[in-house]
Amino acid sequence: MNIYVLVKRTFDTEEKLVISGGSIQEDGAEFIINPYDEYAIEEAITVRDAHGGEVTVVTIGGEEAEKQLRTALAMGADKAVLINTEDDLDEMDHSAAAYILAEYLKDKDADLILGGNVAIDGGSGQVGPRVADLLDINYITTITSLEIDGDTVKIVRDVEGDAEELETSLPLLVTAQQGLNEPRYPSLPGIMKAKKKPLEELELDDLDIEEDDCEPKIETVEIFMPPAKAAGRVLEGDIKDQVTELVGLLRSEAKVI
Amino acid sequence: MSKKVLVLGEAREGALRNVSFEAIAAAKKISGGGEVVSVLVGDEVGSYTQELINYGADRVLTVEHPHLKTYTSDGYGQAFMAVVEQENPEAIVFGHTAIGKDLAPKIASKLQSGLVSDVTDIEGEGDDAVFVRPIYSGKAFEKVKIKEGITFVTVRPNNIAPLAKEERSGDVSAVTADIKNLRTIIKEVVRKSSEGVDLSEAKVVIAGGRGVKSEEGFQPLQELADLLGGAVGASRGACDADYCDYSLQIGQTGKVVTPDLYIAAGISGAIQHLAGMSNSKVIVAINKDPEANIFKVADYGIVGDLFEVIPMLTEEFKKVM
Repeated sequence: MNIYVLVKRTFDTEEKLVISGGSIQEDGAEFIINPYDEYAIEEAITVRDAHGGEVTVVTIGGEEAEKQLRTALAMGADKAVLINTEDDLDEMDHSAAAYILAEYLKDKDADLILGGNVAIDGGSGQVGPRVADLLDINYITTITSLEIDGDTVKIVRDVEGDAEELETSLPLLVTAQQGLNEPRYPSLPGIMKAKKKPLEELELDDLDIEEDDCEPKIETVEIFMPPAKAAGRVLEGDIKDQVTELVGLLRSEAKVI
Repeated sequence: MSKKVLVLGEAREGALRNVSFEAIAAAKKISGGGEVVSVLVGDEVGSYTQELINYGADRVLTVEHPHLKTYTSDGYGQAFMAVVEQENPEAIVFGHTAIGKDLAPKIASKLQSGLVSDVTDIEGEGDDAVFVRPIYSGKAFEKVKIKEGITFVTVRPNNIAPLAKEERSGDVSAVTADIKNLRTIIKEVVRKSSEGVDLSEAKVVIAGGRGVKSEEGFQPLQELADLLGGAVGASRGACDADYCDYSLQIGQTGKVVTPDLYIAAGISGAIQHLAGMSNSKVIVAINKDPEANIFKVADYGIVGDLFEVIPMLTEEFKKVM
C-alpha cells in the first residue's frame, strides 16, 4: 500500500507566545510535529505493518522542518519529502499549501493519505479536504478508527462528540482526531535508522509550480494577544457560605445564570 | 459594493442550530446592505425556512433529496454547488461546526477561493470587513482580510450575536440537484454526547480534571450541567486517565469552547487546557490546591474539594432557579 502522511512543524504546546514586530516570536521556541499529525503518522505505520507498502511523510517548510521529518522517520516512516518554499514564497495560505501538496501527490498513485484534522497553530483544518478535492479522491475528517479490508475502508469519526460509523473505499484521504491511537516514541534504534533513511528536498521548480499560482487569497493584517484578564476573586469563609456567595455573584454580578 | 451572501443553515435533532442564526448575522455584516440567502440541505427541511427568515435571511433556498438525509461531503457538496451555480454569490458563511469544517474547504477548493475559518468577530462591513479568528487555540488572535475572490468564512458558535427575531416575510424556493456517486456510506451514528447539548455550543460547561478521580466522579458534574442546561467537558488529564471519552477533551488538542459560564472542577490549569477555555465569558475554578494555575484565569475561585462543592452548588442553584 502506498501511504502518504502530510505533516506540519508547529510550536510546542508548552510555549508561551510573544508577539514582536507584528508576528509571533520564534527565536528560541521549541518546535514539534503538530500533535494531530503524530496520530496520522502512527496510523500510517500501523496500516503499513498490517498491509505492507511504504509510508512517505511530506511537509512544506524551511530547512528547519527536517528535524520533524527525521522524528517521523525515527517513529517508523520509510521516506520523507521536504517541499522547501523558503526562497520562492514569502507567504502562503491554505489554498496555496493544498495546491503545492496536490501537485506533488498527483502522480504518486497514493492509496491512502493521512494528516491531522487541524494544526494547532493556524487552526483552520482546511488543507486535508482541499488536497483531496484537488486530487478528486474522497476524504473523511476527524477519524478515531480506521480498518482496511481490501478496497473497503471502515471508519469511525468524531462528529462533535458523537461517533459516526461509515464505509468508504480507497483511494482516500483521512484526517486524524485524538483517540485514533497512541503515537509511539521514537526508539533509539529507530533514531539511528532514521539518519540513513531517504529525505528528499524539493522546490517549486521541481514540481513545475509557478509562484503566481501560489498567490494567497487571504491575508493576515494583524496578530494580537487577547486582553489580559483581571485577577479573579478567590472566595473565603465557610465552604457553604462560599457556594451561596458564588451563586449570588454569578446571578447578580456576572449575570450568566 | 454590496454582496449577495449564501449562508448554510443547519438543523440538529429537529431544530435549527443557534450557529445558523449567528451565521445570518455575520452574513448581514459581510453583505454590506446586499442580500442574505439561507441555504438548507437535507431530505426534508421545509419546516425550518420561516425561522431563518425571522432571524434575518432575505430569502431561503432548499435542496431536498433522499440522499441528503445524512451529511456526506459528496452529497452536501453537490447540493451546495448547485446553489452556487444558480446564485453566483459574492460571499459564503458556514457555521464552524462538524459539517461546516468538513464541507467548507471542499467548496472553497472548487471555487478556488480563500477561506477564513473559525471567525469569532467581524470588524467593518461589506468589502472592508476584517475577520478576527483565534490562532494557537486562542493563545493569540489574528485579523484576516480577503485579498482575492469571494469572501468565504466559517463562524465559531457562541461568538457572533444573532439578530433579533421578528416576524418577517421572504421568498422560499427549491433548487434541484442531482445527488449521485456518494463515496461514503453512513452506517450508524452512536450518540456519546450528553443529552442534546453540544459541548462547543453550550452556554454552560462544567469541566472535570484529574481531581474527578474516576468515571463515576463525573456524575455530580453531569447533574449540575443538566440543571443549568449545559454540557460536561474534561481536561486531557481526565481523558488520559480514562475517566471519560476523548470527545469531551477541552484544550489545545481537543475542543476550544467559549461558553458564558465555565466551571473547572479539579483541573489544575495546564497551559494547553487554558488555551481551550480561557476566552469563556466567566470562569469559576474549584480546586483543592490554592496554588493551582487555573485560579489565575478564573473570575471566581473556591479552594475546596469538588465532591463537596459541586453538589452544594447544584442544591444552591436549585433554590434560586
